[in-house]
Amino acid sequence: MAFLDIEHLEKAFGILRVVKDFNLGIQKGEFVSLLGPSGCGKTTVLRMVAGFETPNSGAIRIDGKDVVNQRPNQRNIGMVFQAYALFPNLTVAQNVGFGLKIKGVGRADQDIRVAEMLRLIGLPDLGNRYPFQLSGGQQQRVALARALAVKPSVLLLDEPLSALDAKIRVSLRTEIREIQQKLGITTIFVTHDQEEALSISDRIVVMNGGIAEQVGAPFEIYNRPNTKFVANFVGTLNTFDAAVLDPAAGRVSLAGTEITLPQPLVSLTGDRIALALRPEALHLGRFEGREVVLPGVITDVHFLGSVIRVRADVAGASVALDTFNRADTPPPPVGAAAEVSFSAADLIVLGG
Amino acid sequence: MQSSTTAAPPVARAARRRLPLHWLGLAPFLIFAVLFLILPTMHIVLGAFRTPEGSFTLENLRGLNTDQIKAAYLISIKISLASALLGCAIGFAVAAAIVLGGLPKFIRGPLLTFSGVASNFAGVPLAFAFLATIGPVGLITVYLKTQMGIDLRLLGFNLLSFWGLTLTYLFFQIPLMILIITPALDGLKKEWREAASMLGASGLQYWRMVALPILFPSLLGTLALLFANAFGAVATAIALTGSSMNIVPILLFAQIRGDVLGNPHLGYALAFGMIVITGIANGIYIWLRARSERWLK
Amino acid sequence: MTKLWSWGALLFGLVYFTLPLIGMTEFSLKMRRGEYSFDAYAKVLADPKFQETFSYSVLMALVTIAFGALLVVPTAFWVRLKMPWARPYVEFITLLPLVIPAIVIVFGYIRLYNTSSWLPLTGTAMGTNILLMFGYATLALPYMYRAVDTGLRTIDVATLTEAAQSLGAGWGTILARIILPNVLVAVLSGAFLTFAIVIGEFTMAALLNRPAFGPYMQLLGANRAYEPAALAVIAFGITWACMGLIQLITRFSKHTRAQR
Repeated sequence: MAFLDIEHLEKAFGILRVVKDFNLGIQKGEFVSLLGPSGCGKTTVLRMVAGFETPNSGAIRIDGKDVVNQRPNQRNIGMVFQAYALFPNLTVAQNVGFGLKIKGVGRADQDIRVAEMLRLIGLPDLGNRYPFQLSGGQQQRVALARALAVKPSVLLLDEPLSALDAKIRVSLRTEIREIQQKLGITTIFVTHDQEEALSISDRIVVMNGGIAEQVGAPFEIYNRPNTKFVANFVGTLNTFDAAVLDPAAGRVSLAGTEITLPQPLVSLTGDRIALALRPEALHLGRFEGREVVLPGVITDVHFLGSVIRVRADVAGASVALDTFNRADTPPPPVGAAAEVSFSAADLIVLGG
Repeated sequence: MQSSTTAAPPVARAARRRLPLHWLGLAPFLIFAVLFLILPTMHIVLGAFRTPEGSFTLENLRGLNTDQIKAAYLISIKISLASALLGCAIGFAVAAAIVLGGLPKFIRGPLLTFSGVASNFAGVPLAFAFLATIGPVGLITVYLKTQMGIDLRLLGFNLLSFWGLTLTYLFFQIPLMILIITPALDGLKKEWREAASMLGASGLQYWRMVALPILFPSLLGTLALLFANAFGAVATAIALTGSSMNIVPILLFAQIRGDVLGNPHLGYALAFGMIVITGIANGIYIWLRARSERWLK
Repeated sequence: MTKLWSWGALLFGLVYFTLPLIGMTEFSLKMRRGEYSFDAYAKVLADPKFQETFSYSVLMALVTIAFGALLVVPTAFWVRLKMPWARPYVEFITLLPLVIPAIVIVFGYIRLYNTSSWLPLTGTAMGTNILLMFGYATLALPYMYRAVDTGLRTIDVATLTEAAQSLGAGWGTILARIILPNVLVAVLSGAFLTFAIVIGEFTMAALLNRPAFGPYMQLLGANRAYEPAALAVIAFGITWACMGLIQLITRFSKHTRAQR
C-alpha cells in the first residue's frame, strides 16, 4: 500500500462534477505532479488532500489513516500557496516558526529549528525582515520553509512558481526539488506548466476534465502519451494523417510512403489515423537510423541560439523540427526544398 | 503605484522644490485652511490661556475644576467611549458576517448603502426617530406598556441618560464602523487563513495571531474616529435632551449662546478641553499605530 | 456554525436599525386621533418657516458644493502633479475637521470674525452667510478631498497633463476639460455627501444664528409632538436619496468605463 492513497475520489460543485473517480497512490518520498489546464480539477484534488474541500465520496489515506473527516489543522500537512501567503504582520523568522509556536514547541527549540530552515532555503540572514521587504522568489522560499518547519508528513505545492519571473521560476524549481529530495518528503505539486512538471517530478498525473488521463514517469508521459489530450498538452507535437494498410503488422501509408510501425494497430484496414512526432524526432536531411525520408519545403526559420526551430511543409502538414546550432552549418533559407527524415519507431499513434 | 509623478527623477524634483512658484498652486487651499480651520482653533487654544485683558493665565483652566464641569466631561467621555467601543464591536461583527460569514452575496450591496445612509443620518432627525421609538410615548415604550405590562420608566430606562444617549449614538456609530472596516476585512487573504490552518492553527489562533494584528491599525483608527464623532455630537444631544443633560457639548453650546457659566473665558477653556481629549484619543491612535505597523510598506 | 452566528449578527443589526425607522414613521402618521393620516406632513410642508429654512439650506448646500469642488479639485490635482511629497500634510489638514469638534470651530469663528475684529464677517447677514458656507466647506472637506483624491488615483494625472500641454492646453483648459471630467463621479459623490451633511446641520447654523433647516427642526422638536417625526422621515428620505444617487452615478460610470 502506498503512503498516500487516494481512492475513488469524487467532487461536485452543484451539478458540476470537477473530479471524477480519481485514484492515485504515492510512495513515501515521491514527488508527484498534477498537470493539466485550468479547470481540470487538479487544484480541487489538492485542496481535498489539504482538507479545504470535502469530497462527495472516496477516501484519502495518509500512512494508512483515512483523513477525509479530519480538519485541515489536524492533518499535519504542509502547503505552499500560489500567491505569497506569508503573514504580513510577522517577520520571516516568526512566519517560519508559526507552526512550531502553535504546536507549543519551546522558544529555544523554535529558534534552532527556524535557523535550520532558513539555512536550508539559503536565506540565513533574513530572519528579521518583514515579507514586504523580500522579493517574490524569497517569499516563496520562506513559505516553503514555513510549511516544512513542522515536519509535515506530506507537502502540497499549489502552483508555487506561477507568480514569479521566468528566470526565478527555473532556479527555484531546481531548489524545491533539491530540498524535497534532501528531506525525502512526500510531495504533490500542482502546475499547468508541462516543462515544470517534466523537470522535477518522479511521476506526473495528467488531468483533464476531472479525470486522470495518464499517470507515469516524465519520460513515459512525454514519449508514450496514452491519449490525444496528453500528447497535445505535454510538449509540441507534429501530426500527420495516415491510412492503415495492415493493422496486424502495423503498416500504414503516409503521403504515399509506406511505413511499418513498431506495434500492431487496433484500427481496421482503410481507416485514417493520426500519427504524431516530437520536433526533436524529425531531422533535417538524411540521417543514419532515420529510415523514413519525406520531401518538404522550408517555410520558417527561428534561430533561438543553441537550437534552431524550423517549420516546413511536409506530406501536406506544417511541421516543426528542432536542430542544434552548429557554427559550420548556417540555417537553411526559407523557401528552400529540403528532405526530412525520422524513425518509424518514434511515431506516436494518437488514440481517442 | 500612487502616481507616476513620484517616479520623477530626483534631480528634477529637487529643482522643483526650490521653485516657490509651485506653492502658489497650493495657496488657495492653505489660505482657506488657515483662516477657517487652523486660526479659529488656535484662537480657542490661546484664549484658554488668556485673561480678558490679554495676559497669560491658568485661571481659565482652573475654572474648569467645578463639580458640574467635571461631571460633564466624565459623562461625555463615558458616553463617547461606550458608543465607540460598542459601535466598533457590533459594526465589526456585522461586517465580518457579510464579508466572512458566508451570507448570500446580494446582502452586501444594500447593507453598505444603508450604512452610508445611517452613518449620515445623525443630528436632529435621529433624535426624533429615537424619541418616537423609545421616548416616553414612543412606539416600543407604549407597546411594552400596553401589551406586555412592562414600564421602561419604572425599570429605570430613560432616553435622557447615559444608556439612552449611547443607544442613540450607536445608530450612526455602527454603520460608520461597517463602512470603514469592510474594505479592511476584504483585504484579509483567504490564503492566510488556509496557511494558518495548514500549520495547525485553530480559527481562534488564526484570529489572535494573524487577522487581528493585521486589522489592528484600522480598528484603532476607527475607534479614535468614533470617539471624536460621539464626543463632538451636539445636535443629537440637544434635540434629544434639550439642555437638560449635562454633557460637554451641550454645556459649551449654552455657554456660547448665553454665557451660562458667567465667565466668557471659561468657554475657551471648555472648548480647549474638548480639543485636548479628542487630540489625546488620536494621539494614542497614532502612537499605537506607529508601534504596530512596522510591517507595513 | 459560522453561518448561524453571521445571520444572528445581521438580524441584530436589522432589528436595531429598522425599529427607530418604523417608530418615527408610525409616529409621524399618528397626528389624527385613532387613525393614520398624513396630517403631520401636510402641516409641516405648509409651514412657511419650513419652506424658508429648507430653501435656505438647499441654497447653502449648493454654494458649499460649488466652493468645495473649486477648492478641492485643483488642490488635489496640484498636489498629485507637482508636490507629491506634500500629500501626507495636505491629507492631515483635510482630516482635522474629523478630530476638532464642529462646535469648537464655530466658536472660534464667532470670536475671530466678530464685529470688532479685522475681518468682521458676522457684522452683516451676508457676511455671516459666507462664514457659515466656509464652515460647511470645512465640515465637508474630509469627505470631498478623499473622494476626489481617490478619483485622481485611478487616472494617470502626469501623463494626461503632459499630453494636454504638448497639444497646447493651458492650466485652465487642463483642469476644466481633462481633469474634471475624469473625476466628475468622485466630485459628484463628494457633492451628494456634502448635501446630506449641510441640509441637516445644526450646530454651526444655530450658533451663527442663521435661519437654516437644522435649527428649525430643533425648534419644532422642542414645541411640537408629531411634526418632528414627519421631519425626521423627510430628512431620512433626503439622506437616502443622496446616498442612492452616489450609488447610481458610481454604477453608471463603471458601466461607461467598461464600454470604452
